[in-house]
Amino acid sequence: MKLHSISLNNLRRRKAKMAFLTIGLMVGIATIVTLVTLTESMSNDIGRKMDEFGANILIMPRSEDLAMSYGGISLGKVSFDQREIHEGELAKIREIKNNRNILAVSPKVLGAATLKEKNVLLVGVNFAEELKMKQWWRIFGNEPKGENEILLGSTTADTLHLSPGDTVTIGGESLKVAGVLEQTGSQDDSLVFAHLKKAQKLLGKEGKISLVEVAALCAGCPIGDMVVQIAEKLPEAKVTAIQQVVESRLKTLDQFKRFSYGVAGVVIFIGSLIVFVTMMGSVNERTTEIGVFRAIGFRKSHIMRIILLEAALVSLLAGAFGYLSGMGAARIALPFMAESKSAALVWDGLVASGSIGLAVTVGLLASLYPALHASRMDPTEALRAL
Amino acid sequence: MALIEISNLTKHYSCGDETVEALRGVDIGIETGEFITIMGQSGSGKSTLLSILGGMNHPTGGKVTVNGTDLYALGEEQLADYRAENFGFVFQSFHLIPYLTARENVMLPLTIASMKGEKKREAALQALERVGLGGKADRLPNQLSGGEQERVAIARAIVNRPHILFADEPTGNLDSANSEAVMALFRELNDEGQTVVMVTHNPENCQYTDRTIHIRDGKVI
Repeated sequence: MKLHSISLNNLRRRKAKMAFLTIGLMVGIATIVTLVTLTESMSNDIGRKMDEFGANILIMPRSEDLAMSYGGISLGKVSFDQREIHEGELAKIREIKNNRNILAVSPKVLGAATLKEKNVLLVGVNFAEELKMKQWWRIFGNEPKGENEILLGSTTADTLHLSPGDTVTIGGESLKVAGVLEQTGSQDDSLVFAHLKKAQKLLGKEGKISLVEVAALCAGCPIGDMVVQIAEKLPEAKVTAIQQVVESRLKTLDQFKRFSYGVAGVVIFIGSLIVFVTMMGSVNERTTEIGVFRAIGFRKSHIMRIILLEAALVSLLAGAFGYLSGMGAARIALPFMAESKSAALVWDGLVASGSIGLAVTVGLLASLYPALHASRMDPTEALRAL
Repeated sequence: MALIEISNLTKHYSCGDETVEALRGVDIGIETGEFITIMGQSGSGKSTLLSILGGMNHPTGGKVTVNGTDLYALGEEQLADYRAENFGFVFQSFHLIPYLTARENVMLPLTIASMKGEKKREAALQALERVGLGGKADRLPNQLSGGEQERVAIARAIVNRPHILFADEPTGNLDSANSEAVMALFRELNDEGQTVVMVTHNPENCQYTDRTIHIRDGKVI
């Protein structure tokens, strides 16, 4: 027989108390696992959706002759006529280490054009990528399909009295208005969107790109790393993270995390109190038993080992069951709490090992004083021999 | 030199503003192989004396020497080790651990000894056979009679072959038949060379022992 046999036998004898202790700690761990998993899953969901709404990295030429802004975000100064990015270099963007985080790369060519005798800003885009990035766009009419189709901003269409199906001439080429954007409240309202190749041709900028918008999936947000990686691939370009977008995303996620950690802290404190009170009660009930141990020569450390081993075993069980029940609860709760139905439950190995580790740590810490108290029992007092 | 030498032993307890003098200058010598009874009325100080002799209760004054070792000059953990290696205890209410079998209860003192598991089991079984309970090794305490529980407690006390066996009112919770059987067992153990120091208030137990020390009001009379 060894010391652990005493712990195991005692746990077997006090099934009801140990079950209460296990359940107490298990509920705490399950709550934490549920909160952390829900937060993580919801954060991922929100993060994914936010990532889909617009670019968070801008790639521009280094030359700075003309100030302009785009989408309410300052792009610095861009020269239309001088240095520009070569289209062939765009493939390099997808070669970066964090290429999995890239959701969309939308190259644009910008230039002034004349439409119905008025100056407009013509933007050449890859419509597939652009629509992926700007999911808030609502098009009256159709998406442009062929190279000779264009999309007008709402203000442009109103000003020039154009509607879907009309034909216009830009740079001597006849183009069909496939659709008109519903009002976005952004600068897009005043633009004319054409296919990239067509716009390059109309503006005389074949193979050239004025700026590139990149939408990066930002869960875990290596946005800074991605900026550096892209800058290394495109040394002639200026790569900038749109900080306000990144920061607002991080702030939202951070608020979720802080809330869940706060609740988790309270729950684990209550769990540790349950362990403390139960272990203290158990030690006091076992005064005689501990007195016998001490009388027959058990050292203080032996007594502590017996008590702490019991606590560790119970906590281990509580951690494992707490993790499983927490994940079960998260699975049930996620569809009700996440914004999108496609939100996926995050099975994180770190949460699994962390919850078991946390349970054992809390169990041991909360049992430390009861164990010390037991080890300090005077054998004569314990035996009430006097 | 005696196995146990006690000189000018005093023990005071504080009880509120009052000081209770449980022992007032006790001097005793106990030889190897003796069977000693310490007798006295309730509150005479006999159990206090036993707990001090057993290395469980620091005296207020005086000295306890066992086999040449000044017991209370040892540190707390050294004293625990000394108890484990040299003393065996039989308690008044048996104090068996309820969730351990008879064999496991007997093995308790060996739990902390550096001995292989198989040898521990053998030693426990031998001790149980010695007290006539070899066939009930796997029973829990609540499956044993009072007399049998007392014998398991004795087996636990002798399993590590202690130099001294201390017993505190070992027949206090037994009927006369079981009391006689237990006292006869102590006598047998003593005949085999075991030093036994027993506290009792039952004068009938003295017939089994070599010598009786009477205590009254904390003094040997």
